[in-house]
Amino acid sequence: MSATHAAIATTRFGMGARPGDIAEATSDPAGWLIAQLTDSGPRQLSDVRTSQDGLRALMANRPPGRRGQREPTAQQRQAQEEQRRISRRALGQHISQRTSLAVATPASFTERWIRFWSNHFSVSAKNPGTTASVAGLEAEIIRPLAFNRFEDLLVAVETHPAMLTYLDNARSVGPNSRAGQRRGLGINENLAREILELHTLGVNGGYSQDDVEALANTLTGWTVGRARIHTAGQQGDGIFDPRLHEPGRQRVLGETFSDNGADQARNVLRHLARQPATRRFVCTKLARHFLADTPAEADITHLEQAWSRHNGDLAELAMALVASPGAFAPEQRKFKTPEEFLISSMRALEIPPLPVRTLQGIYQAIGQRPFSAPSPQGWPDTEDAWSGPDAIMKRIEFANEMGGRIRGDLDPRSLAPDILGARLNPATGLAIARASSVSQGLTLLLMSPEFQRR
Amino acid sequence: MTHFIPTRRDLLLSGLAGATLALPSPASAQEAPARNIGKKLCVIILRGAMDGLAAIAPLGDSRYHSLRGSLALDEGHDIGDGFSLHPNLGHVASLWRNGDALGLHACSTAYRDRSHFDGQDQLEAGSPSQRDGWLNRALSVIGPSAETGVGIGQSVPLILRGDAAVSTWAPSVLPDADDDTLARLIDLYADDARLGMSLQRALQTDEIAGAMGGEMVSGMAGRRRRGAQSWGVIAQAAGELMAAPGGPDLTVIGLDGWDTHVGQGSMTGQLANLFTGLDGVIETLHTSLQQKWSESAIIVCTEFGRTVRVNGAAGTDHGTASAAFLIGGAVNGGRLVGNWPGLSRLHDNRDLMPVNDLNALFKGVLHGHWRIAPDDLDQLVFPHARSNTLLDGLLV
Repeated sequence: MSATHAAIATTRFGMGARPGDIAEATSDPAGWLIAQLTDSGPRQLSDVRTSQDGLRALMANRPPGRRGQREPTAQQRQAQEEQRRISRRALGQHISQRTSLAVATPASFTERWIRFWSNHFSVSAKNPGTTASVAGLEAEIIRPLAFNRFEDLLVAVETHPAMLTYLDNARSVGPNSRAGQRRGLGINENLAREILELHTLGVNGGYSQDDVEALANTLTGWTVGRARIHTAGQQGDGIFDPRLHEPGRQRVLGETFSDNGADQARNVLRHLARQPATRRFVCTKLARHFLADTPAEADITHLEQAWSRHNGDLAELAMALVASPGAFAPEQRKFKTPEEFLISSMRALEIPPLPVRTLQGIYQAIGQRPFSAPSPQGWPDTEDAWSGPDAIMKRIEFANEMGGRIRGDLDPRSLAPDILGARLNPATGLAIARASSVSQGLTLLLMSPEFQRR
Repeated sequence: MTHFIPTRRDLLLSGLAGATLALPSPASAQEAPARNIGKKLCVIILRGAMDGLAAIAPLGDSRYHSLRGSLALDEGHDIGDGFSLHPNLGHVASLWRNGDALGLHACSTAYRDRSHFDGQDQLEAGSPSQRDGWLNRALSVIGPSAETGVGIGQSVPLILRGDAAVSTWAPSVLPDADDDTLARLIDLYADDARLGMSLQRALQTDEIAGAMGGEMVSGMAGRRRRGAQSWGVIAQAAGELMAAPGGPDLTVIGLDGWDTHVGQGSMTGQLANLFTGLDGVIETLHTSLQQKWSESAIIVCTEFGRTVRVNGAAGTDHGTASAAFLIGGAVNGGRLVGNWPGLSRLHDNRDLMPVNDLNALFKGVLHGHWRIAPDDLDQLVFPHARSNTLLDGLLV
């Protein structure tokens, strides 16, 4: 039994087995996962640019004055273009480092957990400002806080420069604030709407257009520090500027929040984090991500109980996930996302880090380049979205490419039981044994149904 | 007339005839004779909520300039009755003048909230209670067909999901897998219906793309090119797939990026650039559909519209009614259909009033183009629709 459980642990909760992982997990599969949470491990990326540095570099070459008032000089334009190039390169290197960490780490449950929250609070590189900042949200906020309380994570995420830029709050101004009065500016409700719809209550969580607008009002003032307007320390960071803040009390979900500046939005966010609808929405997403496209009510309830008992403590929630009734159910109810497939393949074959541009091309081809989800909803999390005919063909082409990159002495016949464990089907074992080449055997292994699902 | 250029997958596909018998394919050619509708339909979904008042601007409405402020257009392509197409929709405008394009303004689905995702789900499913797409249900009504619906992109969009077999196609940068490996995978998926079906349909679509060989210059060759995901390549692939002998009758294209909350622009700018891109997609489809153009219809639609007034960031927020286009050689065009509510009364005092049913346009196309009976449309394709109106006479 625990042989099957060990195989499940490595792939349903982790990023896939490296050779030897299943053997290591066999004596206590759940304990093997939980130990990863306390193990400090290599959780931080060592050498990546911060969002603040990225945004500050972009600002340095903008012409002074309000946007659009003055055309940049040819020299400034050239410098801007150079900074954008540097940003794109830095993002590519960040993705490469993040991939290498996930491929090499023994604590791959932690990496999955971090990616879940990254996708829950999805930000995408869609213009120079987001390209310079999106990866920092995960590295600077989600990695350090992924095992703190949900509300701490929520507040830190929504006030990070990447989120403020991506969902336009940096350009939202209270109409009755000083800047709003002087320059006739107004609110942009994009961030407020997505916080309610995607980050906390969920679309059916019982909020109204008035709640969206009130939350948007509390969020005014939260912006990205700008050149010449803010202090050097503030530039490029997520800051609260009272001159942009809509004055006055706001009512959200029937509760009144007094205007205490930066804390007004923080208080509303904590209030939202404590709503039963938020608990329900997030726990359902967790169960859907880790356990089944259509999660069982018993599993959701189990997570909700842990959430209530521990006030949304995410370390407790991770432990509860591994102990949920369906945690080790034998059926493979999840189809790997392209990224999970890519990383688990590289772990299985122990592929050394790929050149940055090659890796980018592969992510693009298999349809899931990190930090480029098509919308604030993040990447889809069900099989329907990922198993279309063309997607399968791209996976085959990727597997084929990886099979050609491995070192010569790898034997797919012995590798298959090592990385699929008790889940290896006899038919797959036979097909691999009959393969016409090592490379073809590895392609069949990576494309087998039991490797594609988790 | 047409010459078949053999491809490297031909042998495999001829071997596939036997292999498919092992697959639970409801649409495999062995079970029922393939049937082609012959009338081509392309559905373009503008994801993110396209601003209909910018696409078809009511320049003659007395409130237009005061309400739109900095977003108001100075001029556009005049289409009569005080309306103008956006200046960057030049190709659409010339098709309009030729009677090959029409518009439906102030239209929406029954969805009245402002979430993109729920709005798109409803646009594609036809009602909030359904989990499959209305185009898929329409295909089911028509009956088995060899290769009827193709989503352009890697995943199947909701509008195409459901019981009827559909496929997807996207340009690739990875090298092809060899035929022997593909054949072995078909065997390996004998007990996995979903993976087996996906692989089988991918091979069939590749066959059509491959059969176009050298003619499909930027399509197949584009599979090796950088930036192959661009709108132009996607449009060309869709047009050439449909125009190819035995090609699909239906393609679905999703174009992202219409959520113009910040710096929307008017005559020029962000949204103007998107319209240039859309105009290019229509032109490319026109060119690549070739002699099939006269039997083609293209629906351009979006999940909902945007606020009439400009927001604090020179953009617009989520609204209600938008505009849709129906374009193609089979279209009885050169006119706006439906009613115009004017700008004196706004929905929730912020949005263009939704007075026309977008589903009525869809039904009008399915009826006029694909000859699906109105009863089937009401009972099988849009069973939960609030109204059963159908815009008649959209096609020549």
